[in-house]
Amino acid sequence: MTRTRTLTLTALVAVSLLASACTDNSGGASGDGDDRTLAVTSTDDGCDVSSTEAPSGTLTFKVENAGSKVTEFYLLDQDGLRIVGEVENIGPGLTRNLVVTAPTGKYVTACKPGMKGTGIRADFQVEDSGKALAVSADDAALVEQASRNYAAYVQDQSAQLLAGTRAFVDAYESGDDDRARALYASTRVHWERIETVAESFGNLDPEMDLREADLEPGQKWTGWHRLEKDLWPPAPYDALRPKQRTTYAEDLLANTEELDSRVQDMTFGVDAIANGSRGLLEEVATGKVTGEEEFWSHTDLWDFQANVDGARVGFEGVRPVLEGNDKELAATLDRRFDELQTLLDQHRRGDGFVSYDELSDAEVKELADAVNALSEPLSRLTAAVVA
Amino acid sequence: MSRVSRRTLFGAGIGAVGVGAGLGIAGAEAVGHDGAPAAAGSRTYPFHGDHQAGIVTPAQDRLHFAAFDVTTDSREELVALLKAWTEAAARMTQGRSAGPVGPTEGDYDLPPDDTGEAIGLPASGLTITFGFGPTLFRSEDGTDRFGLAGKQPAALAPLPHFPGDDLDPARSDGDLCVQACADDPQVAVHAIRNLARIGFGTVAVRWSQLGFGRTSSTSTSQQTPRNLFGFKDGTANVKAEERRALDAHVWVADGDDRAGDWMVGGSYLTARRVNMTVEVWDRQPLGDQEKFIGRTKAEGAPLSGGGEFHRPDFTMKGDGGPIIPTDSHVSVVHPDHNGGVRMLRRGYNFVDGTDALGGLNAGLFFLAFVRDPRTHFIPVQNSMAHNDAMMEYLKFTGSALFAVPPGTRPGEHVGQALFA
Repeated sequence: MTRTRTLTLTALVAVSLLASACTDNSGGASGDGDDRTLAVTSTDDGCDVSSTEAPSGTLTFKVENAGSKVTEFYLLDQDGLRIVGEVENIGPGLTRNLVVTAPTGKYVTACKPGMKGTGIRADFQVEDSGKALAVSADDAALVEQASRNYAAYVQDQSAQLLAGTRAFVDAYESGDDDRARALYASTRVHWERIETVAESFGNLDPEMDLREADLEPGQKWTGWHRLEKDLWPPAPYDALRPKQRTTYAEDLLANTEELDSRVQDMTFGVDAIANGSRGLLEEVATGKVTGEEEFWSHTDLWDFQANVDGARVGFEGVRPVLEGNDKELAATLDRRFDELQTLLDQHRRGDGFVSYDELSDAEVKELADAVNALSEPLSRLTAAVVA
Repeated sequence: MSRVSRRTLFGAGIGAVGVGAGLGIAGAEAVGHDGAPAAAGSRTYPFHGDHQAGIVTPAQDRLHFAAFDVTTDSREELVALLKAWTEAAARMTQGRSAGPVGPTEGDYDLPPDDTGEAIGLPASGLTITFGFGPTLFRSEDGTDRFGLAGKQPAALAPLPHFPGDDLDPARSDGDLCVQACADDPQVAVHAIRNLARIGFGTVAVRWSQLGFGRTSSTSTSQQTPRNLFGFKDGTANVKAEERRALDAHVWVADGDDRAGDWMVGGSYLTARRVNMTVEVWDRQPLGDQEKFIGRTKAEGAPLSGGGEFHRPDFTMKGDGGPIIPTDSHVSVVHPDHNGGVRMLRRGYNFVDGTDALGGLNAGLFFLAFVRDPRTHFIPVQNSMAHNDAMMEYLKFTGSALFAVPPGTRPGEHVGQALFA
């Protein structure tokens, strides 16, 4: 559970990722005057592009919003439908850059002040400069494959989470605490593997995974950690009565069912998968390596491993795209994932892991170093797969 | 796309350039275009030179010092880091961003290659000085980690235990060190933060220390500052202008150590975190405080008379013994009583909040550059530990020794001769 960040995993139209477009924000930098750099002035009723043509290659549109409404800028295929590149959310007075690799051909430019309607459109021509860089059909297939695989992974984890939660809830409600404790960590791994997806549903995450320390005054505490405290009670502690147990457990189960039904329709662009991978490592860095997540059960290393599992699946999913763009980054990430896994493996016990409070300070530091070592290159993954 | 430096963003791009640059003397006093000393903040010191900057450079007001553990086993990765650090340091000391793109100009999908808290700030006299600890050459069990063991100078042996040491391993030692000094604390912190970020996966921060005020002057152009005992500190420091003394006491010379040829033009840095029990000190009568130090509190003059820079007269009789007590700090550490050895001290006052009993967790982060710690530091520290009346109010909580290699020329990386 993260307190401040909500990842938006709204499905991106995969085709927009094929356009090799990216947004940068060097708004204040001066143009270098070459004919691949175009100035766009978007007003509330106009869309002035400094030229109606450019040589093929990497084009930079410097889009200034001189109007009073939030605007967007699109480079569309000549059919006016397919998005080659877009830059959204340009506030009044701001300049954002759209950098896009455009092969020879006919295009349409469009400003969309107010972010509504079809926009103010104009024809745009890219002339052959001998530097044309077409997007291959292979890339399109790779992106689609990655999206399909990741959606299947999320659905599978969600199904296992639901099945595990049912068993856990049964044991807990019937007072079989030993069994509930045994099922707690092994069920939660399915949550932790797709935690960033669950977090994209604003209400479900706090209702299911809030820690006691993160409660606001007056906020009702529900979810996994409420039950965790009841199963690993501190002293003194007022245990939940059977009726309360049923209420909290059924609430958790209902939310898990809700989550499972919502993930069935989700689709994921490669940027969303890559961002999710990075986000899972951030969960490790802020909650698990510090032992804050499982305050009562100390099963943090299970969650740690599950976050890493999910991050690795995300990375492996976009790897075919990454291989084409940045082989070196792929190799670095491989090595860093392996190094972190080797460390984690040292703390295995039985089917799971040692209790977090058995780790020495030096062992925690070692894990934290390995998380940093992986997280830094992982923060470059999204840009590399959408490049 | 044009790359904008921090200073030009700020609109104050008239960076003064050190007059010593052409002579290869890093750390010469910067001057403005009219020849007058540049205003504080706009000072810029050359990164390249015969010696690393940040040693004889006039001591800046603020410090962020960090020690790192190397986490990789790969010599290649270590060298790649030193190259990346050298490039970033060369940029940042000139008031530019840590990476070539800058904090706000990159790809919207990428984290910026500079963290951004120095946007709009001038170079602020930033110097970045790198050093290598004994454990880079041999781990504690003697393992030659990177094929460097044959090049470990005899002078770079771990410091012995000194009386009064109560060392915290989490504030001691390290494979590498980076000393960032600047007149603006944000600039110094920015430098360490960005270098640490570049190092993730190759190194990990072992400990770091902030210093909020310099306690030494390293140039005759500077006033002598005060430590947290309220006394002027470092009056008799080796200064940048004393070329002969620098060669005798600070710079490693050709032939000093066969294994350490790569250190010629470098220096050894001892870093000691010295906690002061300031609350107890503050209850000492003024007369006693002056006797502990051997100087007057107001002027910093030796108790034998004259002004601050008058030579102390250790033979002058007072009422019941030498007028400068033999157990005073000035007497105990004076070159006359230590075989003539001198240090270039570059320490900083620190306050790291308060301790559990409400006392200031404060003191002096002692930094000294010497030609050989075996002759220039260890005997003096032992003498101090045994004889100095001031020891009553000191506790040594951190300690480290580093070999600071000579400066680099453009295109070289720091420590290049070591890895050659």
